[in-house]
Amino acid sequence: MPHNRKNDVALNIGLLRALRSLLPPESVLVDAEDMRPFECDGLAVYRQLPMVVVLPETIEQVQCIMRLCHAQQVPVVARGAGTGLSGGALPLADGVLLSLAKFKRILSIDPHNAMATVQPGVRNLAISEAAATYGMYYAPDPSSQIACTIGGNVAENSGGVHCLKYGLTVHNILMLKVVTMEGDLLTIGAETLDSPGYDLLALMTGSEGMLGIIVEVTVKLLAKPERAQVVLAAFDDVVKAGEAVGSIIAAGIIPAGLEMMDNLAIQAAEDFVHAGYPRDAEAILLCELDGTHAEVSEYIATVRKILTGSGATEVRTAVDEAERQLFWKGRKSAFPAVGRISPDYYCMDGTIPRRQLPHVLRRISEMSAEYGLAVANVFHAGDGNLHPLILFDANKPGELERTEEYGRRILQLCVEVGGTITGEHGVGIEKIDQMCLQFNNTELAQFHAVKAAFDPSGLLNPGKAIPTLPRCAEFGAMHVHHGKLSHPELERF
Amino acid sequence: MDEQDISLALQQQVLDAFQNKTPLAITGGGSKSFLGRTAVHAQPIDISKHRGIVEYDPCELVLTARSGTPLQEIEAALAEAGQMLAFEPPHFGDSATLGGTIACALSGPRRPYSGSARDFVLGCQMLNGRGEILRFGGQVMKNVAGYDVSRLMVGTYGTLGILLETSLKVLPRPAASITVASECSAAEAIASMSGLLGKPYPVDGACYHGDRCYVRISGSAQAVKEARTRIAGDVVADAEKFWHALREHELPFFRHPSLSGKARLYRIMVKPATPPLSIEGSWLLDWGGAQRWLRSDEDIATLRRRVELAGGHVTVFRGGDRDEEIFQPLSGPLLTIHQRLKASFDPKNIFNRGRLYADL
Repeated sequence: MPHNRKNDVALNIGLLRALRSLLPPESVLVDAEDMRPFECDGLAVYRQLPMVVVLPETIEQVQCIMRLCHAQQVPVVARGAGTGLSGGALPLADGVLLSLAKFKRILSIDPHNAMATVQPGVRNLAISEAAATYGMYYAPDPSSQIACTIGGNVAENSGGVHCLKYGLTVHNILMLKVVTMEGDLLTIGAETLDSPGYDLLALMTGSEGMLGIIVEVTVKLLAKPERAQVVLAAFDDVVKAGEAVGSIIAAGIIPAGLEMMDNLAIQAAEDFVHAGYPRDAEAILLCELDGTHAEVSEYIATVRKILTGSGATEVRTAVDEAERQLFWKGRKSAFPAVGRISPDYYCMDGTIPRRQLPHVLRRISEMSAEYGLAVANVFHAGDGNLHPLILFDANKPGELERTEEYGRRILQLCVEVGGTITGEHGVGIEKIDQMCLQFNNTELAQFHAVKAAFDPSGLLNPGKAIPTLPRCAEFGAMHVHHGKLSHPELERF
Repeated sequence: MDEQDISLALQQQVLDAFQNKTPLAITGGGSKSFLGRTAVHAQPIDISKHRGIVEYDPCELVLTARSGTPLQEIEAALAEAGQMLAFEPPHFGDSATLGGTIACALSGPRRPYSGSARDFVLGCQMLNGRGEILRFGGQVMKNVAGYDVSRLMVGTYGTLGILLETSLKVLPRPAASITVASECSAAEAIASMSGLLGKPYPVDGACYHGDRCYVRISGSAQAVKEARTRIAGDVVADAEKFWHALREHELPFFRHPSLSGKARLYRIMVKPATPPLSIEGSWLLDWGGAQRWLRSDEDIATLRRRVELAGGHVTVFRGGDRDEEIFQPLSGPLLTIHQRLKASFDPKNIFNRGRLYADL
C-alpha cells in the first residue's frame, strides 16, 4: 500500500481492515497528508501523526471501534475541535485518533425543563444560538466558543469569562452518554437535578479523555439576562486594581465578568482592535453586571462608587451595546494582540487566591527581568485565574527553553501560594510534570486507581493528565503542597 | 468546644482497621443517621471532635472547615460577613456537621437556582481506606488539575473515605427577599414554576404545597422590587419561617402521623415540567417541581417502575425497610464502575459498608 507515512510504527493491518469494514472509506484516514490536520491541538509545539484517524458518526460505530481497539490493545485518543491548549488531544504514533467531528446534531432543546441534548461535536456557541429562540443560553463561554465543541468542553471542564457567577462546565451539565474503553455505553448523570450513586458526572468532567468517550451531552440552559452592562476602570497601580476586585466582592456583588489586564496587554490590545482603553494605565478592570434592568442600574452605581473609592484614575460605563462589545473585544483579542507584538508567546494558566495577586505579579515581573523575557498579564480577576503571556522568539537559540523554564517557575509559584497549575486549560501533555509539584505520590496513585476503575487496560489517552510516579521521580521537582514544601525543616538552596 | 485537629488520631484508627479488616461506621453529629440504608454492624469512628473553621476570607468567597464543624457554627460565621452557603443545606437537627452534609449531598430550596452542595465544593482533604491522607481540588474557584475527586466525594455516604476538611465557595446573602404565593392546582403550579426557568428573574425558591404555589424572589433591593411586579401572587408574611420549615422537614406534611406507621416519605426526582404523577398519596413539590415529596403506602417496586417511565428516580427518604435498596438501583455496567471505584479508595471495604447500596 502506498502510504506516505512518516511514522516508524508499523500500521496495524488487521485493525485497519476491521475499521474499514465498519466505516465508509472517507472516515478512515491513514495517509500522512490526510492526517496532518489532526497532528496537534491548540498547543502546536507538540505534534504527532497517529496510526490512523477514524471519524465515526453513530454511537454504535464508536462502541465497535472501542471494542476493536480494546481487543487489540491499541490506545485511543478522542478529539473534538482540537482547540485545547494543553495537548490533551495530541495523537499517539501507535494509536487511533477518534474524531467526534461528525457528531454535530442538536438533538433537542427543551425550554420547559431548561435543558438541551446535543452531540459532542456541536460547537459551544451553536447551543446558545439554538436556545436563543426561547430567550435562553448555555452559560460557559470559553474564548474559543465559536469553534470549540461541547464534548471537548466537558473533557476539559472549560470555563470562560463568566464563570465566577455562572460556574464552569461541571456546573452546567446534567447528563452524559459515555462509551468506555471496553465498548459499553453508560449514562452518567440524569435529566433530573441529581442522579443515584456516585457523582460520576463530576469525575467525567475535566477528565481529559482518560475515562471514556463522550458521545452525548445534556446541558442546562439559563434564561438570558435582560440586560448586561460593563464598566471600565483604569488604575495607575496593579495592586490598587487587585484591591478594587476584593472590594466589589466584599460589597456583596458577584459580577458576571471581572477581568484585569496589565499595561503591556492593554497596549497590545489597543494597537490591535482600538477598544478605547487608556494606554497609560498600569492596569484596567472590566466589570460586567447582568440581570434585570433595575438590578443592573443599582449595581452599576455601587460598582462605580467602589472603583472610584479604590483609586481608579478613570471609570467609564459603556454608553451602548456597541461600546460594551468593543470593551470586551479588546479583552477577548488579548492573546492574538500579543501574538502581533512578539514572534511567539506562551500562555500560562495558573490560579491563585486573589489576595496573593500583588505578590505573584511582583514575582512574575522580577523573573521577567531575570530571564530577559517580557510578559503580558491577562487575568480572570474575579476567580483568580491568571494568564501570563510570555513573549519570546522560538528562532532565537535557547529562548524556547528559557521560556518553558520561566513558565514552570510561574506555575510553581502559583502552587506555593495555595493555587493550582491549571485553572481551565487542563494538564494534557503540557503540564504533566507540574502535576508532580501539586500532588504527592499517594494522591497520584489514587488518580491512577480512579482511571483504572473506568479503563483497567489503560488504553484511553495514555500518558496525559496524570504523570506516572517514575516520571515524577525523574522530574525531580520538590513537591510543593498547598503552600508548604514537603520538608519545611530542610534548608533549600 | 475548642477547635481541634484530630486527623492523625483518625488516621491511626483507619490504619488499624485496614490492618484488621475491621468495618468502620463514620459518625459525626448523628443528625443524618435516618438517611440511607442500614450499614453492616461496624465499629464507630467519630469525627465530631475534628472541628473548626480552618480558613475563611470573605473577599475570597472561600471557607475551609473540618468535617466535624457544626453547620450552625459555619453559618453563623458566614452571616457575620453577610455571606451564606448558597445551597441552603437542611440540617435535620442541631448537631448537623459539615462532613455529614457533604457526605449526604444535602441541598435546600435554592438548589435549582444556585446549585447543589457538590457545585460549591472546591476541594477536600480525606482519609482513604489505606489510611492515606490525601488532598484534592483546592481553595480556588477554577482548578482542573487532576480528576475532580472532591466533588466525587459529595453524596458518597462515607463509602469512599473519611472527609477531613472541605473547602466551599460561599456567596453574599441577597440584600432583599420576598415570597409571593397564589392558589392553583398542581398542574398549574408546575407550568408556572417551569415557566419561570425561562425568565431572567431573581427567583431562588419555588414550591407547591397545600394548593398554593410559593415563589421566593431574592437579590438586590431594586431587583426584588422589580420582579415583584412581574410575578403574580400575594406577599407571604413570615416567609423565612416557611422556607426554613420546608427545608428542615418541619412542615406538618413531613410530620404526618402516618409516617410513623406504614407510610413512607419518598423523594422523587423528575424533570421539573413533568405533569403531576397519578400515584396515590400526598404530594409536596419543591425545587420548582424537580424534587417531589410523596407520602404514600405504595410499595417501592411499583413506585420505581412508574417514576422510571417518567424519566425519574426514587429514594425512600424516611420509613420503610432500611435493609432494602433505599436509593434507585444502578444498571449493571454502572454498578461495576462504582464497585471498582469503591475498591480503588477502600480496598478492604472498611467504610460504611452497605450504607449506600447493598453491593457497595
